[in-house]
Amino acid sequence: MILKIDNVTKNFGGVTAINETAFGVAPREIFGLIGPNGAGKTTMFNIITGNYEPTLGEVFFKNESLKGLKPHQIVRKGIARTFQNIRLFSSMSVLDNVLIGFDFQARYSFAESILRFPRFIGEEKRIKARSMEILDYFDIAQFSKDKAVDLSYGQQRKVEIARALATNPDLLLLDEPAAGMNPSETEELGEIIKKARHDFDLTVLLIEHDMKFVNQMCDKVLVLDYGKTIFEGKPSDAIKDKEVITAYLGDFNHD
Amino acid sequence: MQISLTKHHGINVAIVAIAVWFIWFASGYFDEYTVRILNNIAIFIILAASYNLINGVTGQFSLEPNGFVAIGAYVTALLLITPDAKMYQYAIVDPYPFILTLHSNFIVALLLGGFFSAFLAFCLSMPVFRVRGDYLAIVTLGFGFIIKILAINTPEVTNGSLGLNDIPEFSNLYWTGGIAIVTVIVILNIVNSKFGRAMKAVRDDEDAAIAMGVNTFKAKTMAFCTSAFFEGIGGGLLAALLTSISPDLFDFFFTFQLLIIIVLGGLGSTTGAIIGTILVIGGSEWMRFLDEPMHLFGYTTTAMPGMRMVVFSLLLIFIMLFAREGIMGKREFKELFKSRTKGDK
Repeated sequence: MILKIDNVTKNFGGVTAINETAFGVAPREIFGLIGPNGAGKTTMFNIITGNYEPTLGEVFFKNESLKGLKPHQIVRKGIARTFQNIRLFSSMSVLDNVLIGFDFQARYSFAESILRFPRFIGEEKRIKARSMEILDYFDIAQFSKDKAVDLSYGQQRKVEIARALATNPDLLLLDEPAAGMNPSETEELGEIIKKARHDFDLTVLLIEHDMKFVNQMCDKVLVLDYGKTIFEGKPSDAIKDKEVITAYLGDFNHD
Repeated sequence: MQISLTKHHGINVAIVAIAVWFIWFASGYFDEYTVRILNNIAIFIILAASYNLINGVTGQFSLEPNGFVAIGAYVTALLLITPDAKMYQYAIVDPYPFILTLHSNFIVALLLGGFFSAFLAFCLSMPVFRVRGDYLAIVTLGFGFIIKILAINTPEVTNGSLGLNDIPEFSNLYWTGGIAIVTVIVILNIVNSKFGRAMKAVRDDEDAAIAMGVNTFKAKTMAFCTSAFFEGIGGGLLAALLTSISPDLFDFFFTFQLLIIIVLGGLGSTTGAIIGTILVIGGSEWMRFLDEPMHLFGYTTTAMPGMRMVVFSLLLIFIMLFAREGIMGKREFKELFKSRTKGDK
């Protein structure tokens, strides 16, 4: 298991957003985290990325506890994420957006950048070449000098994933990657994620509402409702599961 | 080591060469009054470019310059004034003995002023950058007041409200202009490195920056300390130009003037900071007639000191209403050419 959630509970005041949830994600798996609104999916993301500290329980990544690590340190351990509403750096070019991902991987010091030492020039060249490779992989290299926010929605989503991959992650967290996309864009995105999993040696954990997308993408899903796990298994079985249907559509047999 | 001399390098070298030639020409052929204004402009370019780093590039609204400029000015002044000159000017109380023994050459005095400011900035950033929001503005505003009050109330060091006089006039156009060129180069080199990218990322979206593994606390602290360092040096140059300093010089108005400069030039653009400085400092000399008695349609008005400030305040309001991006926006000089060719693509 590359990621292990060990009985995590998260309380906000009196509200329990996540209640003793435990699951594991195997290496190179595409794992879906689904559930109705308010089920605690995004809270779970924020716990994995270190934005929230779990009230109880722990998160293990590559058999190492993430307890006490700051969000940027967790990124450096190999967990990258995208946001539900795309959050690109609005004043920067597409290339600069991706270059930010190399921030902690470029090995030169403050003084070396001021004095433009050879190491600075070499490192900048290296990370620029790597960034262009990633952009090329996503077929958006021709936009590298354009402002990231001037691109179409689908292309912006690609830039965001490219940017996340620049941090050289082992685990990629995607928060509703298909939200706001038309069917053909969604399909293209799905293909890219599947392809990138092999080419970048990735494990993917995604939150998604589009069940067709989940069905097509995920090897395994976990269904959350009110912070509790109600189903874990194959996506095709999830749609048939009685409890899952109840959680999404309500209980028809109640009265 | 491979440095390819591209077109950009060519333009940059040419700009520096023109600036150096201009400094040489101006100090040789211009009259004293013009040189004085140019000295002022050079010092304010140092201050505006460094203020822009924290306020414009990193997007952390800060009101610190007057405090750090004051520290740089006092440290430099205390190191430059000869012990003899110190002996007789402390009129309120006798100075601490170590004050009399302090002495160094100009470069060391400037650098110490800068490092002292940067050190204080580091101490301030520890608590301030742990939280987000406008705390920096409040803290730095208070910091400026504290420095001023300290300067008035520790006459053993600063000679209180009488200030320090007889500072040797080391500043000339070679020093101020030369340091301004170096400052701009250093700041542009920072902006165009991973450190500058991290600072811009913090400005655009701090959460996304963290998600990219950027240590935002470090990026903000770096920007703030670099800013403070150059403001300290600028303060030292100012002290050695004016030859006398007093606490009144470093009130909030000083910061306000710099704020107008960088907002006018375009927050986030170093080129804008330079243009803004030339317009505001040059313009305020040109508008000097507003403060004097005027003859209008046969009437003679009384002298109205501060009239220029009204004009600047109005200018700031108009910028905020109609041209919020300022002259340059976030663009730099060379990007002006880029945007023009974009249509041909």
